[in-house]
Amino acid sequence: MDAKLSTAFWALLKRDLRLAYRHRNELLNPLFFFVLVVMLFPLGTSPEKELLMTMAPGVIWVAALLASMLSLDTLFRADFEDGTLEQITLSPHPLSVLVLAKIIAHWLVTGFPMILLAPLLAVFMYLPDEGIGVLMLTLAIGTPILSLIGAIGMGLTVGLRRGGMLLSLIVLPLYIPVLIFSANAVNTYLADLAIRGQIYFLMAVLVLAITLAPIATAAALRISLE
Amino acid sequence: MSISEFFHMGGYAVYVWSSYGLAFVVMLAIFIKPVLTRKQIIRELRMKYRQQERQQQDNAQAEN
Amino acid sequence: MKLPAIVHKFSSPRNFYVMSGKLIPWFAWPCLILLVAGLYYGLIEAPADYQQGESYRIIFIHVPSAWMSMMIYMVMAIAGAIGLIWRIKMADIVASASAPIGAAFTFLALVTGSLWGKPMWGAWWVWDARLTSELILLFLYLGFIALQASIEDPRNAARAGAVLALVGVVNIPIIHYSVEWWSTLHQGATITKLDKPSIHISMLIPLLLMAVAFKLYYAASVLMRARSELLKREQNARWVREIVANES
Repeated sequence: MDAKLSTAFWALLKRDLRLAYRHRNELLNPLFFFVLVVMLFPLGTSPEKELLMTMAPGVIWVAALLASMLSLDTLFRADFEDGTLEQITLSPHPLSVLVLAKIIAHWLVTGFPMILLAPLLAVFMYLPDEGIGVLMLTLAIGTPILSLIGAIGMGLTVGLRRGGMLLSLIVLPLYIPVLIFSANAVNTYLADLAIRGQIYFLMAVLVLAITLAPIATAAALRISLE
Repeated sequence: MSISEFFHMGGYAVYVWSSYGLAFVVMLAIFIKPVLTRKQIIRELRMKYRQQERQQQDNAQAEN
Repeated sequence: MKLPAIVHKFSSPRNFYVMSGKLIPWFAWPCLILLVAGLYYGLIEAPADYQQGESYRIIFIHVPSAWMSMMIYMVMAIAGAIGLIWRIKMADIVASASAPIGAAFTFLALVTGSLWGKPMWGAWWVWDARLTSELILLFLYLGFIALQASIEDPRNAARAGAVLALVGVVNIPIIHYSVEWWSTLHQGATITKLDKPSIHISMLIPLLLMAVAFKLYYAASVLMRARSELLKREQNARWVREIVANES
C-alpha cells in the first residue's frame, strides 16, 4: 500500500466511523433486532431449559445472520443517494481497497457490537457458560465474513428501488456455510470435542472473503452506478 | 413383462410415473415457450415495421 | 487479453442467429433419439433393483437433472464472465437464457428426489446432502433471475447477473462441502443410495443416455431462447427486418 492509498484508506475509515457516530441511534436498530429474534424462539416453542440449550447456538447464529443482513442497508445507501459513492469511484485509488475500508467501518459499528451482545443472548437461551467464549469467537470470525459477502449483495442492489427483499434472496444462501460451521463449533465444544477444524474452516473462508469480496463489491458498485 | 406389470412398477407406480410425467411436462414447457415467444415477437415486430413504413410514406407525402 | 477477431465475428448477433438456427436441429433430433433409447433401456430393459425394486428408476431423471443443474450454473457463470470481460452481447444473452432452464432442472431434481425419497425414507423430505444442496442451488438461481428481472437496462442486468453468478461459483464448492459435512455429522449412516458407488452396467447405460440427452436438450433450448431474445433486442437492425419479412 503506497502512502497515498493508505491515507485515503484511513480517511475513509475515519469518515465512516464519524458518520456512524452521528447517526448512532440507527446503529442500535440491528442490535435490538438481534435480541428480539432470539427472544421470539422461547416464546414460539417453550421455555424448557433442555430444548433451548440445544437450540441456542443455532438460534443465536440465525439471528446474527438476519441482523447483519438488515444492517447492510446503512453500508452504501446514504452514500449512493447523496453522490458520495460516485465521487469515491472517481478517485485514482483502486475502488476495492476503498470499499474494504467502508466494510471494515461498517463491521466495527454493526458486527462488533453483536459480539458484545452475545453473552446476554446466551443467558436468555440457557447456553452453558463455557460455551459463551466459543460463541463469541465464532461471531468474531463469522460476522466479518457476513459483512464482506453482504457488501457484494448490497453493491448489486443499492441502485434498485425495492432492493430489500432481493438482497435477502441473494445474500442468505451465501451465508449458509458460516451458519453451519459456527453453530456447529459451539455445539461441538459443549460436547467436549475438538473444534479446531471448524475454526480453521471459518478462518479460511474469512481470508477468501477478504481477498475476493472487495473486488466483487467494487465491480458491483460500478455496475450499479452506471 | 406384461403391460400391466410395466405400468404397475412393482407398486411404486405413483412415484415413478409422477416423476417421469413431471419431467416431461417441465421439459416440454421449457422447450415450447421460446417457440411461442418467437412467434409473438415476429408478429409484434411486423406490426411495428409496418407502422414505421406508413409513417415514412406519410412524411414523404407531406413534404411533397 | 484480446480475443481473436474470428470470435467476435462469429458472435456477432446476426451470425449467431443464422448459425444457431442451423445448429438447433442437430441438437434436438439426437436428443429425441437418445431420450427414447434412454427411456427404453431405463424403463424396460434394466432389471429392478434388488433392494429398491422398481422405484430406483426415478434416478434416470433425478441424477441427470442434478448434473444439469450444476453444469448450467457453471455455463451461466462462464458466459457471464465472458460477457463481463470481453463485452460480447451473445454471452450475456446465453447467460440469462440459461437461468430459467437451470432453475427448472434444479426443481426437477428436487421433486424427483422427494418422490424417490417418499417410498425409501418414508418421508417427502429428508435433509440429505444432495437434496439440501439442490435446494440452496435453487435459491441461487432464483436470486440470479430476480436480480436480472429487477434491473431494467439489459446491459446492466447482464453485468450484475454475471457478478452474482461468479460469486455463486466461488461459493458453490464451499456450500456443497459444508452441507455434506453437516449432513454426515447429523445423520451418520443415511441411505444415500441415489449415488451408489457400484452401479450395474444395465443401469449405467440408460443413465448416461439420459444424461447426454439432457445436455443436448439444454443446448437446443438455450439457443432457441437466445434467438428470440436476440430478435427483441436487435429489432432496429436491418437483418432482423429481413428475417421478419421473410417469415410467413
